[in-house]
Formats: sequence, C-alpha cells, structure tokens
Amino acid sequence: MANRVLLITVALVFMVVFLVLPLISVFAQALSAGLGAYASSIADPNVQSAIWMTLTIAAIAVPANLVFGVCASWCIGRFKFPGRNLLITLIDLPFSISPVIAGLLEVLLFGLNGLLGGWLSAHNIQIIFALPGMVLATIFVTLPFVAREVIPLVQEQGNEEEEAAVTLGASGWQIFWRVCLPKIRWALLYGVLLCNARAMGEFGAVSVVSGKVFGQTDTLPLAVESLYGSYEIQAAFAAASLLAMLALVTLVLKAALEWWHRDELHGAKRKKAT
Amino acid sequence: MLPGFAPTLAITLLWLFVIVLGPICVMLWFTAGMGWSAFLKEITTPRVLADLWVSLRSALLASAFNAAFGLLVAWVLTRYQFPGRRIADALVDLPFALPTAVAGISLSTLYAPDGWIGGLLAPFGIRVAFQPAGIVVAMMFISLPFIVRTVQPVIEDLEPEQEEAAHLMGASPLQVFLRISFPAILPALLTGFALAFARALGEYGSIIFIAGNKPMVSEIMPVLIMQQLDQFDYQGATAIGVLMLGVSFVLLFAINLLQAWVRRRHGQ
Repeated sequence: MANRVLLITVALVFMVVFLVLPLISVFAQALSAGLGAYASSIADPNVQSAIWMTLTIAAIAVPANLVFGVCASWCIGRFKFPGRNLLITLIDLPFSISPVIAGLLEVLLFGLNGLLGGWLSAHNIQIIFALPGMVLATIFVTLPFVAREVIPLVQEQGNEEEEAAVTLGASGWQIFWRVCLPKIRWALLYGVLLCNARAMGEFGAVSVVSGKVFGQTDTLPLAVESLYGSYEIQAAFAAASLLAMLALVTLVLKAALEWWHRDELHGAKRKKAT
Repeated sequence: MLPGFAPTLAITLLWLFVIVLGPICVMLWFTAGMGWSAFLKEITTPRVLADLWVSLRSALLASAFNAAFGLLVAWVLTRYQFPGRRIADALVDLPFALPTAVAGISLSTLYAPDGWIGGLLAPFGIRVAFQPAGIVVAMMFISLPFIVRTVQPVIEDLEPEQEEAAHLMGASPLQVFLRISFPAILPALLTGFALAFARALGEYGSIIFIAGNKPMVSEIMPVLIMQQLDQFDYQGATAIGVLMLGVSFVLLFAINLLQAWVRRRHGQ
C-alpha cells in the first residue's frame, strides 16, 4: 500500500510539473496585465488576421484529409490487394518526417528556384510565402490523422453488412451513406478532431513557407512567435492562450468520444479503459 | 463484390503522390543533381556534425527520461484507482493537442532563471532555458504521450495470474515487476522509445524558444535547416534534409521491426 501511494504520488508530481504547470503558465502570463490588456491583445487587428488565417487553413486542410481518409479506408480496409501494408506505411510517413522538412519540400517544388518556380512566376502565381503553400504544408503534416483512425476500424468491422447491401441492390453511394458511414462516424470525428488540432497548431512546416508578414501571412502560432520575438510577452501569451483553449477543448471532446463511443472507436484505440 | 475500389484507390494514390511522395522525389532528385561529393561536403561540415550530435544526444536523453517516467505514468494510470485518474489520463495527450509554439514559449518562461521552475533551480546553479538542457526538456514534453500510449495497452493486457503466482511463491513486489511484468512490457517500451525518439529528433516549434540556438552548442538539425533557408542556401538545406530523412527512415524501419516483434510475442 505504501508503495502504491508512493508510485501514484511520484507519477502525479511528474505530470503536474511537466504537463500542468506549462498549461497554467500560459494563462497566468496571458492575464498578467489584467483582463483589459488581455482583451486588447486579442482584439489587435494583426492577431485577428492571424486567427482568420488559421481558421482558413484548417477549413481547407481538414476536409481535404477527411476525404482522403475515407477513400483510403474504403480501398485499404475493404479490399485485399498486394502492397496494402506498404500503402499504410506510406500514409504514416508524414508522422516520421520533421515538419521543417515538410516545409522545405514545398520550397523545393514551388519556390523561386524550385522545380515549378520558373513556370509559376511566369504565370504570376504565388504559392510559397502565401496561403497555398501554407495549406499544402499543413495538408502534408496532417495527412495521416483521419486515415489511421479509420483504416483499422474498417478492417476490423469486415464487409458483411456492405455485401448484404450489394445483394439487396444498393448502389455504391447508398452503401457508403447508409451502411458504412454510420459505423465509422465516431472514428471519423475522432480523426477530424486530432487533424484539426494539428492543422491549427502547426508551426514548423508553416513557418518555412509563410512570408511571416505579421498581419498578413501569419497564422496564430506564427503570431505567437512574432509577438514573443518582439518582446511583447503578454500579448504573445494572450494569443497562445487561444491555442491552449483549443487544445483543452480537443482533449475534452476526445475524452468524451472515448468514454461514450469506446466500442465504435475500437479499431482506432484498443483501450479498455474502465 | 463491393463497388468503389478503383476510384478510391486512385484518389488515395494520387493524393499520396501529390502531397507526400512527389515532393520527396523532387528533394532526392535535387540531391542527386548536386553530386555525391558535394552532398558529402554539405553534411560533413563541423557545424552540421556538431548539430547532428546535439540533436541525437538530446533526443536520446529525452526518450530515456520519458521511458522511465512514461512507464511509471502508464503503470499508475492502468493499475491503480485514485481520485482524478481519468483527468490525469486525458492530460497525457496534452502535448499532442497543445501547439508546439505555445509549449515553447511557456516552457522557456517557466525554466528561465526568473521563472517558476527556473527560479527554484537557479540557487543550485542549474540553468535550463537557453542551454542545451532546455532542448531536452522541450523534447521530453512533446514526446511523453508516445511512451505512455504505446505501453498502456500492454499493461492492461498483462495476465494477473502470473504475478499472483510469483507473489505466492514469495517473490517481492520488485522481483515480480522485474522478472514477470517488465519483460512483457519491454518490446512495447522499446517501440514507444523509438517513436518518441523520432518525434523528438524532428521537433522544431517548441525547441527554438528554449534552446538559445547557439551554433554547434544548442542548435538542432531542423533549426540549422531553417537557418540555411533564411540565407537562401537551398543546396545546404536540402542535403541536411536528406540526411534527416535518412535517419527517419532507419527509425521507421526499426519501429516496424519492433512492432512485428511485439505482435509475435503477443501471438496475434
């Protein structure tokens, strides 16, 4: 019993120092000059524009990877073909590549000296140091999130119900909307949640391809860096507190999904949490 | 036969190629274009080698610390009931959800000599922020969930019968853990270690704020790539990028081998 209490205490102290303190510190610093200063930091036009930039990027990147994840789970989860496991490994690839390299890849493709750089500048299309490059870099780093939650689930569920629907004369779309989607919706939502958190919070990849013009091509995480770099510490933490709230909301929704729909996430998470 | 195989496979492959594989091929093609000797010259400068060592050493230290504390956290969360356990369990994922830039400024403020934690360490002459040690702290923060979440399911699946039998035969709790539980957890722990190491090695956002970024002392590889890009040295940045990609692939291969080993041990 004494051992147990000791182990729990050490683990909790470790978690408080390493996880909880950094979180509390964000809000403490953000509110260090009072609520008024906090509100005016958030209302700053540059921060507002960064919020819009972040929302815009997530609004493009998340649906793109949602469609990708659904397609990947359909072909990989429901059919057997050679190279299936290789395909799964390739989908996971962005997880093991540094975000900075993700940005570098976009620069090598679309930058002025990049593969398509000459053609793009001749046609006056700007991708790097502008929104399209930032969206592409975000899609790169968030590509696996939805697919990896849904593929194992679909594999585990099997095809019996879908095949029954085919026998009864349902079309492909009908099967997807009426039979498949209800079975995977919570896992999809789970994947979208994680994908969105990363898309809105991505820093490294977006940092490489952003023009870093505060108020124009800065996302919220980049605005945090800009403000921090110009020693506007309280304002930086105010912007950071918005992202910390996003993280908290994500964690709460994630825990709620795991609690209420544990069985329907079964393939995604083999947890038998009590 | 279900419909939809060809179109979904086509979309999957096309998207994967456009977003991931194509750009990687372009990077390798650029590298091939610079020639082997130029590539070697770029990745063997004293700064690259020193920064590579800083990256590897910090990631190794952070993953080792996390292997110990992550195992403890996973064990406590799965084996014991205590008030607040569910909240603690949800909090483990905080580093996944918290944007790295936020973690970065928060950690560097906490560990600065006048910060909440740095202030406590300063009288002992321990400095963390803006020092190589800061890199390890940031890497520990971002990679903790990998260890906990990899080890947790294995601890849940452990058969209590073996432990009880060992206990009845007079083994001490420590002996039971070291001889019975730990060997069963080890493969998953190694997988988690490799995942944490890979994540720590590629991390950029949280580290730039806390590291001090002094070349050859507290500068990591991704920061160096960023520096080269800022100076429009695309060749240098690409060469270092390919080097890092190579390290990532070796790690990915190791992780796959480890996971195959885990599956075989669990007889799945």
